[in-house]
Amino acid sequence: MNDENPIIIEMKDITKTYIVGLEHVHALRGINLKVRKNEYIAIMGPSGSGKSTLMNIIGCLDTPTTGLYLFNGMSVSDMDDNQLAKIRNKEIGFVFQTFNLLPRSNALHNVELPLIYANVYSQERKERAVRALNSVGLGDRIHHKPNELSGGQRQRVAIARALVNNPSIILADEPTGNLDSKTGEEIMQLFEELHQKGNTIILITHEEYIAEHAKRIIRLRDGLIESEEIFTTRKVMV
Amino acid sequence: MFSKLKESFFISISAILANKMRSFLTTLGIIIGVCSVVLMSTAIKGVDNSFQQGISSLGSDVLYIDKFAWFSSEEFWKMRNRPNITYEDYEKFKSLVNLPLAVAPQAISVRNIKFREKTAEAIFVTGSTTEYLETTNFSFKSGRFFSEIESESGRDVVVLGYDIAETLFGNIDPIGSIVKIGGFNYQVVGVLNKQGSNLLGAFNPDRQVYVPIKSLFRHFGLSWRSITIVVRAKNSQLLEETKIEAEQVMRQVRRLKAYESSDFSINQQEGLIQIYKNTVGVIQIGGLFITGLSLFVGAIGIMNIMFVSVKERTREIGIRKAIGATKRIIMAQFLMESSIISMIGGLIGLFFAIVLSYVIDQFIPTSVQISAVLIAIVISLLTGILSGLAPAYSAAKLDPVESLRYE
Repeated sequence: MNDENPIIIEMKDITKTYIVGLEHVHALRGINLKVRKNEYIAIMGPSGSGKSTLMNIIGCLDTPTTGLYLFNGMSVSDMDDNQLAKIRNKEIGFVFQTFNLLPRSNALHNVELPLIYANVYSQERKERAVRALNSVGLGDRIHHKPNELSGGQRQRVAIARALVNNPSIILADEPTGNLDSKTGEEIMQLFEELHQKGNTIILITHEEYIAEHAKRIIRLRDGLIESEEIFTTRKVMV
Repeated sequence: MFSKLKESFFISISAILANKMRSFLTTLGIIIGVCSVVLMSTAIKGVDNSFQQGISSLGSDVLYIDKFAWFSSEEFWKMRNRPNITYEDYEKFKSLVNLPLAVAPQAISVRNIKFREKTAEAIFVTGSTTEYLETTNFSFKSGRFFSEIESESGRDVVVLGYDIAETLFGNIDPIGSIVKIGGFNYQVVGVLNKQGSNLLGAFNPDRQVYVPIKSLFRHFGLSWRSITIVVRAKNSQLLEETKIEAEQVMRQVRRLKAYESSDFSINQQEGLIQIYKNTVGVIQIGGLFITGLSLFVGAIGIMNIMFVSVKERTREIGIRKAIGATKRIIMAQFLMESSIISMIGGLIGLFFAIVLSYVIDQFIPTSVQISAVLIAIVISLLTGILSGLAPAYSAAKLDPVESLRYE
């Protein structure tokens, strides 16, 4: 852990309240969190602990009710929809449990999509997409559609899509949840490699053995950070 | 920007192709709508053209002095008690007026015309003088109009309208042949070029024949009936003055006192145009409105299917938003899709309209004009955009978190 690395995410007293009918549901009750570049963090917690809400806020899919959220020094709390879309496009790479690929598009096009939204020209776009697919070991599957790929391969496409715009963080929500344990392990291996290459990774999971891949584990309960563990050394499981 | 549009385009195409049957049925509404709107506007144009053409064969600078007004609020029985306009009235009138280019009498009788075994039934036989030619824009396919001498002596000569000549003679040149009009022999001296329109029915010059008025009177004894005095002004600017003069001269002929109202009417085609616009105009607007309704129904079909499409692709919208699509991009994507469906429908509809216009052409001379093509494209594009707006907006404002969770 290098405390000299620049801070990417800084959260102060973040709360999120949903109004369901007449009831106010306090999903987050005051989260304080700092994420530095090249950290590998796992956010854990039972269902209802607020980890999905926290992920949505970190991922700029949602905005906090109160509190300050600085992303690379910019205040996300004050951003409008278009600015949030831009942050999601350039700074955040999402990896979902259910892969969330576009079913009618091939792997290449799925990976190209963030670049299309970033106005990258077609030649460069294709080169970068192919490079990203190569880096997750799918260089020979670029013209396959999602239904022609295995679960592990689909998740690799999704990871390539998350990587292609060189985001500040990779946000993975239960990335192995829909995979068998062997494939899941391979995907975790891939995250390990990405971390080694300097990427910042935030992993949301409720599986202890998945969280153990991270260098820092944050446990949530009832909308608050319950505990935090930092591992300075950890053996990579193969 | 271009790559985003291209992306939207291909996404739309693949979405349309993914639901071929559904897209086709949706398109069908637009096909029918655009086809009927284009056909209707083409037909309207055709009717208008045909009318304009027909009316111009009457001449915009021509006055018709008649016993009856063509269009009048005055009661028919009052006009019935007016004195007939006689041939003598015409002669006096002609000798007193200065302004007109030409003045001619006109009497009409309806007769059958025979040539050998062929008959044209119930044909308007117009009797007049040589000067009648100058009140018209007639041109000749062959031969000539009857001469001054033929006119004055009431010789049995006839000028045939284009359609009559075609019916009776086919490809043979009728000049010099003898036809029987109401049982009397007439020598053909001229054949007119085609000029009128079917809209005018029996009044169409193509379906009339012209003989010296004195011949008409002699054979068919029409001299007791009222005739029409046809007056042509030197040009349309002088029409009003000519009309005023005609009124004064005619009152003089009739020896009317200042306090007596005129016992004749001066008609002109303007009145016809007015009547045409009042009646046909309403029918046209009604027709366009009704066909417009079918287009509207088509548009609702698109809107409906776009809402279904947005619902079905909620998750896809969520994914796109998560990786950086702005509201505008999502909106453009769905607008693109509805426009493409509508444009495809519009082009197919246009194709059918062109095919069908050939069928309609058999009844009303018409053809699909460039303007109709543009109308079809603009209408279908507008329909696509308008019907896509609400669904596209509902897609754009979807919450990314909610839509990613959508199953």
